[in-house]
Amino acid sequence: MSEQNTPRRDFIKLATMTLGGVGAASLAIPFITSMNPGKDTLALASTEIDLSPLKEGQSLTVIWRGKPVFIKHRTSTEIEEAKNVSMEDLKDAEDDSKRVQDSKWLVVLGVCTHLGCVPLGQKTTDVKGDFGGWFCPCHGSHYDTSGRIRKGPAPKNLPVPPYVFLTESKIKIG
Amino acid sequence: MSANDPQGYKKTLSSPYTGIKGWIDSRLPLIRMMEAEYLKFPVPKSLNYFWSFGGIAMFCLIGLILTGIFLGFHYKPSAEDAFDSVERIMRDVNYGWLIRYLHANLVSFFFIATYIHIFRALYFGSYKAPRELVYIFGLIMFFLMMGTAFLGYTLPWGQMSYWGATVITNLFSAIPFVGDAILTLLLGDFNVGDATINRFYVLHWLLAFSILGLVIFHVITLHMTGSNNPTGSEPQSWDETLTFHPYITIKDLNATILFFIILAFVLFYYPNILGHSDNYIRANSMVTPAHIVPEWYFLPFYAILRAIPDKLGGVIAMFSSIGLLALLPWLDTSKVRSCLYRPIWRICVLLFALDFFILMYMGGKPAEGIYVIIARFGTAYWFLFLLVLAPLVGFLETPKQPLTISNYLKSKKA
Amino acid sequence: MKKLISLFLLLFSVNAFSAGSAIEIPKYDWSWKGFFGTYDRAAAQRGLKVYREVCAGCHSMNLISYRNLEALGFSEAQIKAIAADYLIQDGPNEEGDMFEREALPSDRFANPYPNIQAARAANNGALPPDLSLIVKARPKGADYIKSLLIGYTEAPHGVNVPEGQYYNQFMEGNLIAMPAPLSEGAVEYDDGTESSIDQMATDVTTFLAWAAEPSLEDRKRIGLKVILFLIVLFVLAYISKQNIWRDVKY
Repeated sequence: MSEQNTPRRDFIKLATMTLGGVGAASLAIPFITSMNPGKDTLALASTEIDLSPLKEGQSLTVIWRGKPVFIKHRTSTEIEEAKNVSMEDLKDAEDDSKRVQDSKWLVVLGVCTHLGCVPLGQKTTDVKGDFGGWFCPCHGSHYDTSGRIRKGPAPKNLPVPPYVFLTESKIKIG
Repeated sequence: MSANDPQGYKKTLSSPYTGIKGWIDSRLPLIRMMEAEYLKFPVPKSLNYFWSFGGIAMFCLIGLILTGIFLGFHYKPSAEDAFDSVERIMRDVNYGWLIRYLHANLVSFFFIATYIHIFRALYFGSYKAPRELVYIFGLIMFFLMMGTAFLGYTLPWGQMSYWGATVITNLFSAIPFVGDAILTLLLGDFNVGDATINRFYVLHWLLAFSILGLVIFHVITLHMTGSNNPTGSEPQSWDETLTFHPYITIKDLNATILFFIILAFVLFYYPNILGHSDNYIRANSMVTPAHIVPEWYFLPFYAILRAIPDKLGGVIAMFSSIGLLALLPWLDTSKVRSCLYRPIWRICVLLFALDFFILMYMGGKPAEGIYVIIARFGTAYWFLFLLVLAPLVGFLETPKQPLTISNYLKSKKA
Repeated sequence: MKKLISLFLLLFSVNAFSAGSAIEIPKYDWSWKGFFGTYDRAAAQRGLKVYREVCAGCHSMNLISYRNLEALGFSEAQIKAIAADYLIQDGPNEEGDMFEREALPSDRFANPYPNIQAARAANNGALPPDLSLIVKARPKGADYIKSLLIGYTEAPHGVNVPEGQYYNQFMEGNLIAMPAPLSEGAVEYDDGTESSIDQMATDVTTFLAWAAEPSLEDRKRIGLKVILFLIVLFVLAYISKQNIWRDVKY
């Protein structure tokens, strides 16, 4: 019994195995993709917020992708404070203008960048920390009126989620 | 083992390979095992395509486990959420519909492959000595398959899921004295409900992986004896064998691809044809469907169950219809294996196969009138075949002289 | 041999599970049947209107979200507008109260009744079934649904129709708790199509068929590619087999 490996036989075997491999790899795609968020999850991935009921000085907390988002209608004092901080004083140097689209409205994720607690400061009666913004009770991180870390163990500023202004008083987060 | 330590207490690592291959193989001899069992393994030259269905069944099992795992990422095993979670898979999970339909249809095709595989065993005498344990492990796997399928079917929590579960678990109450207590223990409640679906989900996984584990015993026992072949005659020389690779690997690949083409037609164009529309209705404990029907692969056994007018009798008949099959190596008294050389037994086996289909048809019909009469005849033949024909025909029949593999191949070539 | 097996399969699939329904359901030509079928978008859009104006008063479709309508060709703005027509319950708010708000595209279709008991109470004890899966939940599917919708006739002589029930040719047992839902011209179609009973029945059934099986078009499209691929792979595997087995001497 001879096993003459003619080039044609080898080619056909190679072609079969290659095509089979392509098939197997293509089969993997739907399985892996199925692990990604489903369409219903993605539908909830953006939230539209009406800003008109929010008066100056007031803050609103909304849930976006399962996490709290702080929306603050900043007073002119708060805006001034935020603009006048020098970059050297900041652990995570970021100019206020880079963190807002309209300086009246601050939109940040309400999750402390240290270990994930929700900082206080949304309610007028809340402790706001030494810099007039937010204070995280878990390990004592202080955030300023631009949501930047000023004091305490948190390494980064409160993240700004992606958002757009649909109208002057309506934003869509995500 | 060497001459100095006949007890073999001094262990030395060795391997036919060198390099990294040798390093691994000397410590975990899988590479030489795979080579011996799946590359070089000698297989009779006379195998026909009936012998491909074991491998096809294996692919179905792997497919079921993979699709099952990915379904499991999204499925919720509670009475309240199950139906909705399945619909979420169908509508919102990326390619969820594909994974779900693939899982459901692979079950049917797994049974098709298994039934053909078992028919091969019956027709060619693969159950006979020395392959009794291969056969018995196979029947145990078949039993587990049916359990897994039953448990899995309850999980979507449709009307058929709920009521099928109710009817079949009620069989346990047929057991004298302890039946009701066992039933409550099994269900975790007084009726099929939330407690039931949760544990059925776990048991479904458990049984499925048990089948996978038993495959190993099934293959080991098979490799101790080597495969049977259409003649029933064992290979007498190397010339009557082929190496598993590449001859059987490529042959099985062909059969598997063809099988999956048929599966693809059903899956992509008629995905619900083997199912029951009632299962797209949410389970309702207050409304019983007009006709409770199990899935097609259970129908023969369902027919046997309903053929016996007594509840306990029906249960015993249903379970012993498979249990007695396990005794076939000893019930069948013939010295000749293959039906090719047993003219009377051949008719009996073919009638048995026909009986299987007749019972399947009756199982899908209401248990009344002509249907139940035919089902009774069908059940009678089933037990007649195992308990009367198997011993008698082997004894009374004059078999033909089985050909050797070489002569068989020569006769086919002609 | 394999042909025999697949033949048996098909024979049994047709026969073994229909546990005998004596009423013959007529067959219709649906746009999504066959290997290359798709849902007629125009019909489905009209069907949505029929559902909203005729059926949604009693029948929920709580597996469908407004955003799903994108697949039928509605724009984001249209979907927002359709959703905003409905009020759904949300809450509790900060005061602890449940409140009503306009539906969003991400919401499921609004239920006509707050719960099953209210649905039964409003319908003489009968529960109008949810329609999300109705086309897959009946043995003859779309043919049955359409036939049922247009199958209302006068009861034949001698057949007693109790109060609260209606005679229908295609309902199992011929008595149905739902009065004939469609009447000539009941819905004014936006595209000007004449809204005969047959037309509305066809359109709403098309819509319901889509609702039950939105993945149908993807499935058939992918199916074609998969089967063609497998056929090519089979041809290659077959040639490989012939090649490898050529040297085997008998």
